[in-house]
Amino acid sequence: MSGIDIDTARKVAHLARIRVAPEALPKLAEQLSGILAFMEQLNAVDVTGVEPMTSVTPMRLKRRADVVTDGDRQAAVLANAPDAREGFFAVPKVVE
Amino acid sequence: MLDLTFDSPKPKVIAGAKHDWELVIGMEIHAQVASNAKLFSGASTAFGSEPNANVSFVDAAMPGMLPVINEFCVAQAVRTGLGLRAQINLTSAFDRKNYFYPDLPQGYQISQLYHPIVGEGEVIVDMGLGVARRVRIERIHLEQDAGKSIHDMDPAMSFVDFNRTGVALMEIVSRPDIRGPEEAAAYVAKMRQILRYLGTCDGNMQNGNLRADVNVSVCLPGQYEKYQATQDFGHLGTRCEIKNMNSMRFIQQAIEYEARRQITILEAGGSVTQETRLYDPDKGETRSMRSKEEAHDYRYFPDPDLLPLEIDQGWVDDIAAAMPELPDAKKARFMGVYGLTDYDASVLTAELDAAHFFDAVAQGRDGKQAANWVINELFGRLNKEGLDITASPVSAAQLGGLLDLLGADTISGKIAKDLFEILWTEGGDPAAIVAARGMVQVTDMGAIAAAVDQVIAENPAQVEKARANPKLSGWFVGQVMKATGGKANPAAVNEIVAQKLGL
Repeated sequence: MSGIDIDTARKVAHLARIRVAPEALPKLAEQLSGILAFMEQLNAVDVTGVEPMTSVTPMRLKRRADVVTDGDRQAAVLANAPDAREGFFAVPKVVE
Repeated sequence: MLDLTFDSPKPKVIAGAKHDWELVIGMEIHAQVASNAKLFSGASTAFGSEPNANVSFVDAAMPGMLPVINEFCVAQAVRTGLGLRAQINLTSAFDRKNYFYPDLPQGYQISQLYHPIVGEGEVIVDMGLGVARRVRIERIHLEQDAGKSIHDMDPAMSFVDFNRTGVALMEIVSRPDIRGPEEAAAYVAKMRQILRYLGTCDGNMQNGNLRADVNVSVCLPGQYEKYQATQDFGHLGTRCEIKNMNSMRFIQQAIEYEARRQITILEAGGSVTQETRLYDPDKGETRSMRSKEEAHDYRYFPDPDLLPLEIDQGWVDDIAAAMPELPDAKKARFMGVYGLTDYDASVLTAELDAAHFFDAVAQGRDGKQAANWVINELFGRLNKEGLDITASPVSAAQLGGLLDLLGADTISGKIAKDLFEILWTEGGDPAAIVAARGMVQVTDMGAIAAAVDQVIAENPAQVEKARANPKLSGWFVGQVMKATGGKANPAAVNEIVAQKLGL
């Protein structure tokens, strides 16, 4: 892993829709690279044959039954929308 | 039980300006899981509700909300895997596929990139008598559907409805084993039929409950065989993916267009760029979806909100034990038990409701005769009146009763058609109708002979003609049938007419 350069930092920020000022990019790239370097350090450990640990306590993924228990709360769902009309979220036009 | 011997169809060959080309097609079918509630929330999956009515805070991605998996959706995916004779993975896991779009409130789709719930399987796609394509299934994974954007309600805004957000989808990924546009359509049709038999997807393509992404590439003859021998994609051409097709006809047209587009590029010395394209049915062409390219970096990672999905072999076995009879097996049974032709068996197994209807009619009766009546009389009439088999005015029991009367020679074939008409328009019990309306076939030889004598006596000129040309004796049979109101046994009439005319 070669770390994160400024271009990659800019791209990642764009993909996540996070606005980062150009002058802040070098520091961000450096910090992200630092995180990756730490991960690289972990890679030094030989984990051959070790099952990935997915939970601290032995737990089974919780299931729900196929029953409708939620919904019919259009007003609450739309309450925080910057713009909502006729029951829809309204966003600047996106057309493929 | 199943006859699995068949020949492979010939691949579609397209003649270019310089030489011949072959097509290589792989498909990703997105099938909406038939369930009441969504994959990770308790909101309804109903189609056609008020906008944003079937949305929970989980679907709307409100902060702090956590997904809880719908176990029935998992069972449906397992059932589908079993129906495609596929490997069921007892451990699978969910990943986040990150991208930004207004119809995706979470900012990621929960999917199964690294550890899908279903592994390798297969589908046999019938392409005519004794000819079929075996299409390998690479995997099936469970994932969330996105919401729906509507662009024509306002000039400057898009309107977004999250009702479909979070509904469970099965993405069924095939290997590139499909070799032409017709095969591609037949593959989708077969998959739809299997899913409907299984009850795991309603197959409604118009509502978008079954849609396909089609990967198309072209290669020179001989290259595909090298790929099959080595499984090395290097022998094949660069592919383009045509997104979101929900019509068999458009799938065929899009493949045809796309193949020719690629051939034109290659023969001009250019190279095909791997990209996502959209089919425009109005213009009959595919075009590049450039916006998708930039966002192609999905930055997948395991979803930290969801533990791996572990299922027990015993649970899978229970699902397997309750599997319905699938199309291939049903067709083979109809041919084997009822003696139907391949064609009739295909027609009768195309839709599950029709197959059930036929089964009920044919049970314990002459299967071929039952098939003729169901296909020619019933389906013919249903088609004419635009009715579905489930809305048939004539029930399987009624049609079976009619066949019993016909089989026992109680009624003639002609009277049977009249009886069918009565059952269709008025309903009722076939045997009771026949008894009440005096429709019983006359098999009394004396009565028939008397009717024949009368016709002969009244038509001396016809008698002379018939004696000179025995083919004309059919006229007498017709007259006798008319005189007896169609109730005389036609075979008996034939015999007596011939005898009385001295033929």
